[in-house]
Amino acid sequence: MTFTAPALAGSFEDAVAKFANDDFSDTDEAISAVAASGNPLAFPIISALKEERLSADPDTKKVFVTGTYGKVIDAATGAAVDKLPENAAPVRLNNRLRRAVDAALGSLTLLSTDPAKRIAAAQSVFKSHEESALAVIDDALAKETNKAVKAAFAEARAAILLYKSDATEVEKLEAVAIVKAKGDQEAMALLTGLPSDQPPNVARAVTSAMASIQSNLAMWSMVQNAWYGLSLGSVLLLAAIGLAITFGVMGVINMAHGEMVMLGAYTTFVVQEVIRTRYPGLFDYSLLIAVPLAFLVAGAVGVLIERGIIRFLYGRPLETLLATWGLSLVLQQAVRTAFGPTNREVGNPSWMSGAFELGQITITYNRLWILCFTLAIFVILLAMLRYTALGLEMRAVTQNRRMAASMGIATSRVDALTFGLGSGIAGIAGVALSQIDNVSPNLGQSYIIDSFMVVVFGGVGNLWGTLVGAFTLGIANKFLEPVAGAVLGKIAILVLIILFIQKRPRGLFALKGRAVEA
Amino acid sequence: MTPHVLTRSLDRSATIFILIVAGLGILIPLSNLLLPAGSMFQVPTYLVALWGKYVCYAILALSIDLIWGYCGILSLGHGAFFALGGYAMGMYLMRQIGSRGVYGNPVLPDFMVFLNWPELPWYWYGFDMFWFAALMVFVVPGLLAFLFGWFAFRSRVTGVYLSIITQAMTYALLLGFFRNDFGFGGNNGLTDFKDILGFNVQAEGTRCALFFLSCAALIGAFLICRAVVSSKLGKVLLAIRDAESRTRFLGYRVESYKLFVFTLSACMAGVAGALYVPQVGIINPSEFSPGNSIEAVIWVAVGGRGTLVGAALGAVVVNYAKTFFTSGPLAPYWLFMLGALFILVTLLLPKGIIGTFNTWWDQRKIELGNGAAASAAREDGAAPKPNPAE
Repeated sequence: MTFTAPALAGSFEDAVAKFANDDFSDTDEAISAVAASGNPLAFPIISALKEERLSADPDTKKVFVTGTYGKVIDAATGAAVDKLPENAAPVRLNNRLRRAVDAALGSLTLLSTDPAKRIAAAQSVFKSHEESALAVIDDALAKETNKAVKAAFAEARAAILLYKSDATEVEKLEAVAIVKAKGDQEAMALLTGLPSDQPPNVARAVTSAMASIQSNLAMWSMVQNAWYGLSLGSVLLLAAIGLAITFGVMGVINMAHGEMVMLGAYTTFVVQEVIRTRYPGLFDYSLLIAVPLAFLVAGAVGVLIERGIIRFLYGRPLETLLATWGLSLVLQQAVRTAFGPTNREVGNPSWMSGAFELGQITITYNRLWILCFTLAIFVILLAMLRYTALGLEMRAVTQNRRMAASMGIATSRVDALTFGLGSGIAGIAGVALSQIDNVSPNLGQSYIIDSFMVVVFGGVGNLWGTLVGAFTLGIANKFLEPVAGAVLGKIAILVLIILFIQKRPRGLFALKGRAVEA
Repeated sequence: MTPHVLTRSLDRSATIFILIVAGLGILIPLSNLLLPAGSMFQVPTYLVALWGKYVCYAILALSIDLIWGYCGILSLGHGAFFALGGYAMGMYLMRQIGSRGVYGNPVLPDFMVFLNWPELPWYWYGFDMFWFAALMVFVVPGLLAFLFGWFAFRSRVTGVYLSIITQAMTYALLLGFFRNDFGFGGNNGLTDFKDILGFNVQAEGTRCALFFLSCAALIGAFLICRAVVSSKLGKVLLAIRDAESRTRFLGYRVESYKLFVFTLSACMAGVAGALYVPQVGIINPSEFSPGNSIEAVIWVAVGGRGTLVGAALGAVVVNYAKTFFTSGPLAPYWLFMLGALFILVTLLLPKGIIGTFNTWWDQRKIELGNGAAASAAREDGAAPKPNPAE
């Protein structure tokens, strides 16, 4: 959008000069004249006036703008001046003038060349529904070509008309329709604040619009909660899926599972550090590099744990639990010693930062990516269990260890690989979680109880159970949160799971058959 | 082992244990009060409080050993019962502060004044009376354990599932007690205690009396546990530990036995917590953290699961080591050591210190050809699985 050049250069200078008269009504005239001039200097002048950076020399009638960094320009011409004249004094304001200044600033930004600024200005007019902006809005609306900006202007205009006491009933009804179509929290606030002395038709329209906005908002807040729930569910699934393998397939309680997640997160940190110092251009690919590395690191540690500790404890799950808890303490302390106890900075690559709007809700890219990533991992794992030789052997060992051994499957090798696989997946989870959580030695601790809940709730030995369990818990948690608060919601979930386990001690999707009575 | 040898050996070690605890319970306070400060044999007051803490931990360890060692229930939430008993006592101590608090409110504890609470919440009523608080020390943990066990044992939640949900229970309580609006002081918990039954909690005499009482409680808990495990009931508990389904098929109501012993154990843990709080001077939600409960389990494992003396010994040994290492230059390595302890004890010393010692002692007797009883014990007793549970 281009401005029409100031019709008369002289009139702008005359208007500016009025600031020097030190008279409130002259200043008022000057404000409206400058704001209406469309001169590029208008915005700096008026904002300087608001912040008392506009000074005038009463003798020469020259007006100066002091920039925020002390640079002084002549307000009429924009030419730089060395320093303020001795007798220049700030232009004084009273409350009435301050309102005029604010309105002028709003209308000036409404005419800005940047569409985003115009929308922001329109939104601020919508909130303030300042009557004085109506003329500018009408003007701007006529000239506007950008669709989004046009809609924002129309909404701002509707807001003003609604609050304008002498607007006709037809105008008001139209305005209500526009505000109703906007349908968000602000529209609700606008209608709620409306004075009650409306014509009956308008009042009825407003009531029905409010009801419709209310249900619209409720719907969107459901969608919002569902999205948050999906997002939380994906995080839970990510943390629990490795556990579903080690606990579900092998019956091994690995309390150090959270620490495998932590190792994955720290692998990401190391990868990013190397990239930052050596190959800064690769930063966007850092996560792609970290995923296989984290799998290898955590998987290797997992195999070591299985060979070094867990294989001596098969058939003694309670002892396994204690030994792996001890291991988790050792791993945490080792990481604390190596990397320090504080949070380490892991950055988001550009394709994972930012957000987009979907209707009334905001979806951040990192959450969306993590959801997709989790589902991808889940599908890959499912396919692996279904179609590969290792998957077949793993299922055989799960169903009947002795029979599998009799059929020539090296069960101890399968055990080691299964444990490595579960740990490796936990490592990958760490890469993803490093994007949304603090990378600290305690990272794993915060997930371990939740992941156990997911696995136990979903049913041991069944990946689908884990999927359903994770998303159920995630969504239930987020729907309880607005009602009960975050902490109470979480407590309620824990209590519900404890009660649920009483009903179905083997989880939602229990393995059937003799394998159960292990 | 034959019942005869079992009873005899337990009798001897039990007597030694009771004598040692009673001796410490009397001698340490006497030395603190009667000997002049600076004397070689005088136990400084801070050590009395420290050892009082160990004794409370020993009671907690006994309560865990009773259910884990003798009934195969691994609770990872026993710290919750300990903390609940502690909170019950802490509430009494808070009410005793009266108008000596920072805000000088005669009824409301400081944190409630700070939160602008108009009056005492209903669940604080009665805690100004010692008998009521002392009753609650048993009732609150016992009731929670009863309800929890009622649901869990009747639906046959066993093994690791039970361990995980007990952990979830203490975690849920941890989250709850961290909240200010729960009415238990939130993050800071209850502290700044002044009096207990009219005596200053900081005074040497009070500390010595508390130490003596803790030792007495330890002996009492020990005797109760002994009575339980050496009774017929105890035999059924062992049977449940070793073959739960078979015991059920024999006609025993497994869940009732479990529920009884679980509730009893929770009450004992509550008493331990109640004695712990006045000696340490604070109770806060971190006592509920799952890590604490698991640490208490390892005390039992170190000392010897299924031996009552071992549980108490393990609690003292591990906590003494903790104090020793975390206060010295080795502090950063304490978690390594604790972690290694978990791993090494489960891998190399599954019977714990006392269990291993007992095995060694029996073996030695046989090697010396010392009597027919020992060799009989060998024939019957060496056969059992090294790890009966699960």
